[in-house]
Amino acid sequence: MKTIPVATTINGDETEFLCHTDESLLDVLRDRLGLTGAKEGCGTGDCGACSVMMNGRLVCSCLVLGVETEGAEIETIEGMAKGDTLHPLQRVFLEEAALQCGICTPGILVAAKALLEKNPDPTDTEVRYWLAGNLCRCTGYDKIIKAVQKAAAEMRAA
Amino acid sequence: MAFDDQVKRRFNVVGTRVTRPDGIDKVTGKAAYGADISAPGMLHGRILRSPHAHARIVSIDTSEAEALAGVKAVVTGADLAMPEDADFADVAINCLARDKALYDGHAVAAVAATSKAIAKQAIRLIKVEYEVLPHVTDVDAAMKPDAPVVQEGRALENVPAGKSQNVTTYCKFGHGDLDAGFAKADKIIERSFKTAATHQGYIEPQACMASLGNDGRGEVWCCTQGQYMVRANCAAVLGVEESQLRITASEIGGGFGGKTSTFIEPVALALSRKSGKPVKIVMTRDEVLKATGPTISSSMDIKIGMTKDGRITAARGELRYSGGAYPNFTVEMGAQAAFAAYDLEAVETIGWNAMTNRPKEIPYRAPGAPTAIYAVESVVDELCQELGLDPLDVRLMNAARKGTLSSYGPTFNEIGLVATLEAAKAHPHYTAPLGPNQGRGLSCGFWFNFGGNTCVSLNINDDGTVGVVEGNPDIGGSRASISMMAAEELGVPYDKVRTVIADTSSLGFNDITDGSRVTFAVGLATIEAARAAIKEMCRRVAKIWDIDEDAVIWEDGAAKPAGPNAGTHPPMTLAEIAAIAGNTGGPIAGHHEVNADGAGVSFGVHLCDTEVDPETGAVKILRYTVFQDAGKAVHPDYVEGQMQGGAVQGIGWALNEEYIYGEDGRLQNPAFLDYRIPVASDLPPIETVILEIPNPGHPYGVRGVGETPIVPPLAAIANAVSRAANVRLTELPMSPPRVLKAITG
Repeated sequence: MKTIPVATTINGDETEFLCHTDESLLDVLRDRLGLTGAKEGCGTGDCGACSVMMNGRLVCSCLVLGVETEGAEIETIEGMAKGDTLHPLQRVFLEEAALQCGICTPGILVAAKALLEKNPDPTDTEVRYWLAGNLCRCTGYDKIIKAVQKAAAEMRAA
Repeated sequence: MAFDDQVKRRFNVVGTRVTRPDGIDKVTGKAAYGADISAPGMLHGRILRSPHAHARIVSIDTSEAEALAGVKAVVTGADLAMPEDADFADVAINCLARDKALYDGHAVAAVAATSKAIAKQAIRLIKVEYEVLPHVTDVDAAMKPDAPVVQEGRALENVPAGKSQNVTTYCKFGHGDLDAGFAKADKIIERSFKTAATHQGYIEPQACMASLGNDGRGEVWCCTQGQYMVRANCAAVLGVEESQLRITASEIGGGFGGKTSTFIEPVALALSRKSGKPVKIVMTRDEVLKATGPTISSSMDIKIGMTKDGRITAARGELRYSGGAYPNFTVEMGAQAAFAAYDLEAVETIGWNAMTNRPKEIPYRAPGAPTAIYAVESVVDELCQELGLDPLDVRLMNAARKGTLSSYGPTFNEIGLVATLEAAKAHPHYTAPLGPNQGRGLSCGFWFNFGGNTCVSLNINDDGTVGVVEGNPDIGGSRASISMMAAEELGVPYDKVRTVIADTSSLGFNDITDGSRVTFAVGLATIEAARAAIKEMCRRVAKIWDIDEDAVIWEDGAAKPAGPNAGTHPPMTLAEIAAIAGNTGGPIAGHHEVNADGAGVSFGVHLCDTEVDPETGAVKILRYTVFQDAGKAVHPDYVEGQMQGGAVQGIGWALNEEYIYGEDGRLQNPAFLDYRIPVASDLPPIETVILEIPNPGHPYGVRGVGETPIVPPLAAIANAVSRAANVRLTELPMSPPRVLKAITG
């Protein structure tokens, strides 16, 4: 099977890669581009560990084909901090101990950022339903919800 | 190692909420987990698995797969050694089956190829001829004398004759005169319970990168709870020496006990040895659910007698667990834990393990305890209902305390159960009003905790900073806790200490990260290592000051003269001592090696409010509060995190999670879509109350906290649902159809 050239923008950088037609965006990011921040927890779109933004929309990168991203703008966890300055969500997740093992954290941060861009002042219930597609097995979600709300309050005040 | 004789010890670092040292890497995507590394020339491994629950493997033809372009090696069970030791042999035949496939998903052969796609294609070209055998997946069915036999000749000697060959383990614990006890009871309730197997559900599938040369030297990178355990298993299964294998633990994406065994590392090493290249294997979620460790499934009978004022007079339990296709001892822990919360005159617990055609059970957080305690606490709750008694008062009246002869033998030392129950009683949650179709449940929980084999090296760096080297993968923030204890003992700021996890060639043996042992045992060894370094620093300073070693004390991070007789020397800080160490005898370090005892048992109490929808049987958790004795909470955020995370895993076990086998013995739900773990929208906030009743076995009073929190939720929720629905639920999970059936009869 031949590979196909694809041109995208990833975290603001123009990026070209070759991939097979049956390769997922997640495999492209991890295996071809060395962007291993997105994780594969299931490969079936059930866990959200591979969450990335594609053209401003939150997607499971395991359910997107690499070839579908021709001309697309992709944002991953690797693009969330600006230089050495963490995004408020990243900083507050550390302050509030909203992670234990950390494997779900990149996906949850990407998803939470997408929520706050859409809805800067969500209720706890809205945060819980928005993040229902991101599985965390360590924390019971309590500190995650609190951290998202604390970051949201900071971002509104900024 | 005894609790420090410091009645009002003032902690500077321990008990604060510092930022974890691995945090930035984990919020930016930089942290390297099992599947996150690659190597030049690396091949991709993939495993072929049995589609049958039980089948004889007549032949395996790998020739077509080997002929496929890009395939560099194919291995079967014949490529692994067969260790003499039964436990290692079980690991070997579980990694790659020999004569029989023992469950749906049992590994049969593996390939290594130049791409994932070729590896996937190649395993389809392997031809396995199976002779399908009768199978059994239910524990009660497996114990019947005419049940299909999973493995022959595996029963322990003490198993009574006349049982199915599937029955491998029998145990009995208790004391007192049961008949006399039951005769004194005003009310006796006897109930039977069943619980489904559940999976640890870590989000990171098992993954490894392995390299092994034909000189027997190898390297493995893998996500594991114990790199030394991986080394021992790989050495035995590959027939190589432990000294020649270097195992590095990656960051670990959850384990909960599930990463305390090996499934893929020996296979990757065998493929590497054959191909001469590094081999990476990453399991799929389907493989994780089908072939890595679920917990036990159980069937249990509980009988308890109580006086009308609430005193338990006698208690008896019989537990039948299945740990899958191999002998298993989890039932012993269940039988010991079942009645541990109670001070009983007469108690007996009997346990059986029976093999079934299911994957090999691997420990899951407090293995054996949640199911046994679920059954016991359900019967205690029903007695309270029948006798019109307050369930918290009854537990307080019967609670185990210091001096209680436990139901499993030992006499308890300082334990926190009564304080924990009193905290629950005083909490506003306990008296908050309930609405229609709502019920409140509570349950006690218990775990033994563990110490175990531990090595720590602590290095005083020449710039006055400190390096701690330990050997236990950090599964939930333990590097922070270890650094905190080192900083506390040395009297230096937390950010001057960096703790790293050693590979197997860089530090002596450590038991796996299990049994809630790390903060306790590694912490204890770190404190001792720090004290050894302090002793050495005081000795150096004594030399400089030309006074006796005993005349130098360590206080606030500096050596000081012990008193006026020692002279008037200005204090020398750790940094000052470290800077001139080369002139006073060379580098300064402390180390400690121990098989730590005195872990100190842990108790918790959970309170839960539920609402049952009478139309659908769906259960909603309205409010949830966890009370637990932590001994001393080193990092309260991560103690709370353990309490919350364990509670939510228990909520999943109680309400949703279940291994569902079809008539054909195949797992029906090997995906997160159908094996449904709790999501954020299922849950309320999980409130926490930390109690601190110091553990006499640790210098700071620390107890392990990781496992106890998964124990009470099963019964707390079952009791809440039973009260809300006005019918006693006796089977887990309490999925909507099951609850609806109970309501409608």
